[in-house]
Amino acid sequence: MIYDVAIIGAGVSGAATAWQLSRYELKTILLEKAADVGFGVSKANSGIVHGGFHHPVSSLKARLEIRGNLMFEKLHHELGFPFKRCGILVAAFSEEEMSQVRKLYNQGIANGVTNLEMCSHERMLALEPKLNSEVVGGFYCPGGGTVEPYRYVFSLVEFAVRNGTELLCNWHLTKGEYLGDHWRLTAADGGIVEARYVVNAAGLFADEVSRSCGGEEFRIHPRKGEEYLLDRSSKGCPSHVIFPVPTKHSKGVLVIPTSEGTTMIGPTADPVDDKLDTETTSAHLRRILDQVRSMVNGISHRDLITSFAGLRPVLDTEDFYIAPSQKAPAFIQVAGIQSPGLTASPAIGEYVKDLLKGEGLRLMEKLHIEYELSPRHEARHETIENLDKLHDEDPAWTHIICRCEKISEAEIVEAVRKGHTTVDGVKFYTRAGMGRCQGGFCSAKILKIISRESGIPMQELTKRGGSSRILYGTLGDLEVRL
Amino acid sequence: MKEEKVDVAVIGAGAAGLAAATVIAAAGRKALVIDREDFPGGILRQCIHSGFGLKYYHEELTGPEYAERATIAAQKAGASFALGCTVTDIQIDMMGEFTLVLLSAADGVRKVHADAIVLAMGCRERNRGNIATPGTRPAGVFTAGSAQKLLNLEGCLPGKTAVIVGSGDIGLIMARRLKWSGMEVKGVVEIMPHPSGLARNIAQCLEDFGIPLWLEHSVTRIIGRDRVEGVEVAPLNHGEPDMSRSFTLECDTLLYSVGLIPETELAQQAGVLLDRDTGGPLVDANYETSVSGIFSAGNVLHVHDLVDFVSEEATRMAHCVLARLDGAPSAEKVGNEVGSNLKYVVPAFHTPGATTNFSFRPLIIADEALLRAESEGKTIWEKKLRFVRPAEMISVTLPGELLGHAPITFHLQDTATR
Repeated sequence: MIYDVAIIGAGVSGAATAWQLSRYELKTILLEKAADVGFGVSKANSGIVHGGFHHPVSSLKARLEIRGNLMFEKLHHELGFPFKRCGILVAAFSEEEMSQVRKLYNQGIANGVTNLEMCSHERMLALEPKLNSEVVGGFYCPGGGTVEPYRYVFSLVEFAVRNGTELLCNWHLTKGEYLGDHWRLTAADGGIVEARYVVNAAGLFADEVSRSCGGEEFRIHPRKGEEYLLDRSSKGCPSHVIFPVPTKHSKGVLVIPTSEGTTMIGPTADPVDDKLDTETTSAHLRRILDQVRSMVNGISHRDLITSFAGLRPVLDTEDFYIAPSQKAPAFIQVAGIQSPGLTASPAIGEYVKDLLKGEGLRLMEKLHIEYELSPRHEARHETIENLDKLHDEDPAWTHIICRCEKISEAEIVEAVRKGHTTVDGVKFYTRAGMGRCQGGFCSAKILKIISRESGIPMQELTKRGGSSRILYGTLGDLEVRL
Repeated sequence: MKEEKVDVAVIGAGAAGLAAATVIAAAGRKALVIDREDFPGGILRQCIHSGFGLKYYHEELTGPEYAERATIAAQKAGASFALGCTVTDIQIDMMGEFTLVLLSAADGVRKVHADAIVLAMGCRERNRGNIATPGTRPAGVFTAGSAQKLLNLEGCLPGKTAVIVGSGDIGLIMARRLKWSGMEVKGVVEIMPHPSGLARNIAQCLEDFGIPLWLEHSVTRIIGRDRVEGVEVAPLNHGEPDMSRSFTLECDTLLYSVGLIPETELAQQAGVLLDRDTGGPLVDANYETSVSGIFSAGNVLHVHDLVDFVSEEATRMAHCVLARLDGAPSAEKVGNEVGSNLKYVVPAFHTPGATTNFSFRPLIIADEALLRAESEGKTIWEKKLRFVRPAEMISVTLPGELLGHAPITFHLQDTATR
């Protein structure tokens, strides 16, 4: 069978494209190299829905950021992922920084962002009492917010799959050939997918995908960002996202009240050579702690529960590159989607759809679309009366597996049944193992449930696919030599 | 929704909860022991090694044996159990009666009303994220206790070659356990100049098996993309890693044994104040917390070195719970503090005239030491101690006649060098 569109990469850009295309009478397939969707750039980032003031509107990324920001409410309502429009505060700690803030404010106004407010020292502290009282002033962007990025990607993909999109994970493209009227894509394991159009949304590897399909030569430069997560009891959790005054290469180190109630601090911004380099370092942790403590009171290293690093896929232009390839036919490049890519992603999906239309793809709206995903129950958010009712349907609803985040067995079963069969996939879908004990108490229980529901033996379960096996065998497998 | 009324709700069916329920039920009071797991015994169930019970049962038992004895004692005394149940909320009404909300697969939502609550939730392990070990995030990183659970209760091997981070007792016990399972153990890396675990565990779990212990060393980097491939270890020089002398240990598994943190989330939800020094609930001489009617004992109160002391402490606490149920007033509180070389004192208050057992953690190693109680500038009591180690708890009883209305400060002095 020849698909109409094959999307390479199931991160935010690919997922948002699939979400858009699934409304039309098309055969679309989403191809992902990793074991689950959103496991690349999309899972490891700050989860900020940006306000549209950081970049000049002359850039494509600013235009898509502004449009994307406005789309989040409706998406949140339809797809149910965690999202909070908590607002953004940019804090200045010197007169020099204040002049930068004024420039940002003006840029925001020029970009057409509404409700921006220049703030005095008093106004900043009134909005956010946890700010360091040495704050000189700043500005307030009520339209900014936070989203759980992996949940967002899962929701987009779930919507697309519900509406007919096919999804293949562990599908690693090695070659793409255009055969006159369609593409033949070959995977590392020999699998073949044929499609009339190809969308290259391969994130960090978009340059390699372009090359293996005979498209433009460009280079993605990974820029690493380390992030640290604080316990939900942290006294340093603000009620807005706190930004410093940005630098040339980054929006700076932030204090982020995540939409699930924890606090995240980061990211750094350092160019690295290796596209798989997600190491964290103690020097960066110290730098992040120093920087955020100078902005917000109450942040302690004692509240650390975990750390991670993500890579931004950066092009030389620093802008997004979303355009039909001039070299490869029927091939749309979606590359360089670094910050504010998450914010822009719904608009990216729309934009790519329009580009495909421009390239001759016929779009005919489906008669029946499931516009809303059925609301998910989560034990931690239910009243006890509801939980008692849910228990009558399935006793697993009141069987708490992850004590720190209050995740029930039913939620873990649901994750596995929706295709998340790695430990990280289940964690990102449910939050099981994401709390303060980081799976210390529940990992054995979670492994057993995944194994039972998926039929995969315990010993073969992985953290995130590939060779990330959790266990090496059973007692008695190894010869004992004392 | 099932509802019931008990005299005392005991949260946690580990050593502390079982000992408390035994005393309370034996006095004819209705005690309900609640635990998340389907079996009572808590962490003892996965501690299949011996060395438990010498003080409390006067014979050497394994963890499961100790748990079984404690469980049978509680059952015989008439305590009832709510297993597989998670307490999600504690409410207090105007009359001081408590309502606990329990979730379980068996009963759905269940409400338990109680006149008193015993907090006996134990602790959780500090993990890699808490101490922010740099490096990658591969599979194969476990806390020592979760690896112990996988191995001893599920029969799963976590890997083939391990390095243990931190020399806590669970890590030491697991070093030996991994050896016995056929795994290679490259060594134990400890940042302090002395081991965190008991001397007997250093001897029996490391030395007997030729497992190296690197004191004053730190894991500076975890290596490996999908699965752990090794760790970089560096000696510490004034607390900072000396990278010029760093070395790499190849391994596929890392076990963290870097300390325990009291599980106080429920306590905090109920409004119980915490002790800054222990991280557990702040209690008076009756083991009653800042919330009248809520008591606490065991590892949630402070981390004990031996389970026997947990059972003893919970037994003492249970008698205080009974006295309060019988109408005794809450204890008069006079503050206690720690001075030099002590991490904490439990209880943080004493009652004038009441003989009290105090527990401490020393911060120093001393072959001979003097523990001194000072009040109003005068020494009111002192005791010579031998072989003081941070890994071992100090427990002493001060007679009631010495405990007056003035606060007491405890000091520990190293007297060996003098």
